[in-house]
Amino acid sequence: MRLYGTFNGTLVIAGLAVLFTLIAPSIFQFFTIITLTQVIGLSILALSLALVWGFGGILCFGQSAFFGIGAYAYSVAAVNIGGSTGSIFIAILAAAVFAAILGYFVFYGKVSDVYLAVITLTVSLILYSLMRRTSGPEYKIGNALLGGFNGTGSAPLNIPGDGSAMLFPMQTFYVSMAILVIAYVFTGWLVTTKFGRVCVSIRENEVRTELLGYDTRLYKLCLFSISAGIAGLGGVLFCVGVTRVTPDVFSLGQSALAIIWVIVGGRMTLIGPILATFVLYFLTSSLGSQQILNANLVLGIILVVFVLLVPNGVVPTIMNWFERRRTKRYERQKERRMKLRKHRAIG
Amino acid sequence: MDLLLSLALQILYGIANLALISLGLAIVFGMMRVINLAHGEFLMLGGYTVVVATNNGVNLWFAMLVLAPLVVGLIGLIVERCLIQWLYGRMIDTLLATWGLSLLFIGIITSIFGASTSTVISPPLGTVTIGEYTSSGYELFLIFVVIVLLALVYLTLKFTSLGLVARATMQNSDMSACLGISTSKIYMVTFSLGAAVSGLAGGLLVPITGVLPNIGVIYIAKAFITVISGGSAILAGTTSASVLLGGVNGIMSYITGPTFGEVALLFAAIILLRLMPTGITGRFFRKSQ
Repeated sequence: MRLYGTFNGTLVIAGLAVLFTLIAPSIFQFFTIITLTQVIGLSILALSLALVWGFGGILCFGQSAFFGIGAYAYSVAAVNIGGSTGSIFIAILAAAVFAAILGYFVFYGKVSDVYLAVITLTVSLILYSLMRRTSGPEYKIGNALLGGFNGTGSAPLNIPGDGSAMLFPMQTFYVSMAILVIAYVFTGWLVTTKFGRVCVSIRENEVRTELLGYDTRLYKLCLFSISAGIAGLGGVLFCVGVTRVTPDVFSLGQSALAIIWVIVGGRMTLIGPILATFVLYFLTSSLGSQQILNANLVLGIILVVFVLLVPNGVVPTIMNWFERRRTKRYERQKERRMKLRKHRAIG
Repeated sequence: MDLLLSLALQILYGIANLALISLGLAIVFGMMRVINLAHGEFLMLGGYTVVVATNNGVNLWFAMLVLAPLVVGLIGLIVERCLIQWLYGRMIDTLLATWGLSLLFIGIITSIFGASTSTVISPPLGTVTIGEYTSSGYELFLIFVVIVLLALVYLTLKFTSLGLVARATMQNSDMSACLGISTSKIYMVTFSLGAAVSGLAGGLLVPITGVLPNIGVIYIAKAFITVISGGSAILAGTTSASVLLGGVNGIMSYITGPTFGEVALLFAAIILLRLMPTGITGRFFRKSQ
């Protein structure tokens, strides 16, 4: 059975994720479980970038801008509304709408892909310097102070409809994992629909797709906006895990990390970036605690090496290796059978 | 009147500052179609060169105007030979690889010098008084340096044989290669020169901003937005985009304070790119350099 690149494969992997969720509390310490909630948020960011870049061919370097907008929107809305359920939807909507406005300018302006990468990155950096300057009581939205450099606190998740019934960290982990699985299955389903296939064809050849009668600008705008919404959802889980959101979500380092996870995991897959996020997060946090090698240095080397030597990422490389081995074995068997037949004919 | 003059000077300085931080990037992008995401780190390395040199007793002017471009130019040469030359024509891979490089530089410098600000160098040249307002003499000097730099780039491109060959390679590299020009060597020289100009800019900005391992972040967004709004022509593009965006930034900063100055700059750039996707020089002054 071919698992990778099909919707059945997506369901199988989602099943494995559910299994992981059930056994995780018995193998990990409580502290790791709390950290895992943050990493789940980050892996949703990686997933959204894999969707927009790997399947739509839109190189968005500032995906963390939408992630950060989601986190800030959730934190601000939770203070003003007093509950998390509506705030989550507000966060998704805020990120998607921001992306739609930005996307209108870049896609309808026919900005080429490399320019787009730089523009999205710049947007993220400008948000970074803007949010850092919002310290002081005059910068607030409703009752929520933006808090400048220190950021603003993020309320924990609560049971829908009851703002005072906060979830415990373990329950938050279950909810986050469920959201990750839903987001993963949703993107996996999206790329198999007609919409997803048109997006893939835009990635392969935009001019030809346009000549076939599709408005590529609109498709790209929609995909961009959807993926921004998913990134915003990731931002919500991240800030819930950390319990506050700081301007660092917009920083160059955050954008770079998202790109590195997707490159290392393999941008043409959806599960690769998610797995890469988990592996690299725990790798860099263990590097951060031992103080010999600077984390930036290691990430830089990983990025350069992967671009030069493994441009497709780990997951597709392994898959291709298996596929090649299987075809080779199949061919060898066929050859042997032919030989045998010839032998018999002569004999 | 004095207020107007002082404000005009401030805006002029903003424009010069934009042009200074983007020129190195514009040279590399205009000539080679390479977007160098490690540009901010080249500026940062120029800054550290000046700090280390002056701490060891070297004259500040010598360190800023000679050592910084020399050291960063050499680093640029090494980077081009080891990394960029394998990636020509693969724009996105170049983008990613130079991003990795930028993280690598930040990591190396943090390991050596630590994450905090190194020795502060106070701006030389004192102050200039205009009526009741004062302005820094060093800022005036920077405006002058930018004008000289732009003139030098223009003269080099227009009147030297290196400039001629470089322009030919920029227009059609295959044809130039057929005519016996080693395009690989031209790219190498161009990249090193671009890095040297970035180093000079980084060195000159040290007395104003100080230097941190991740100071590149402050420059890089503005530099990129300037170069992309300017389009592919190096001089006309950088100058026109700096004037426009620097002007918007300066006026908005004066009206609302510095917080929204940069946001206005970004908005201006995005609306500009919606109207002219290939930058200002993609629409106007097409024949310029």
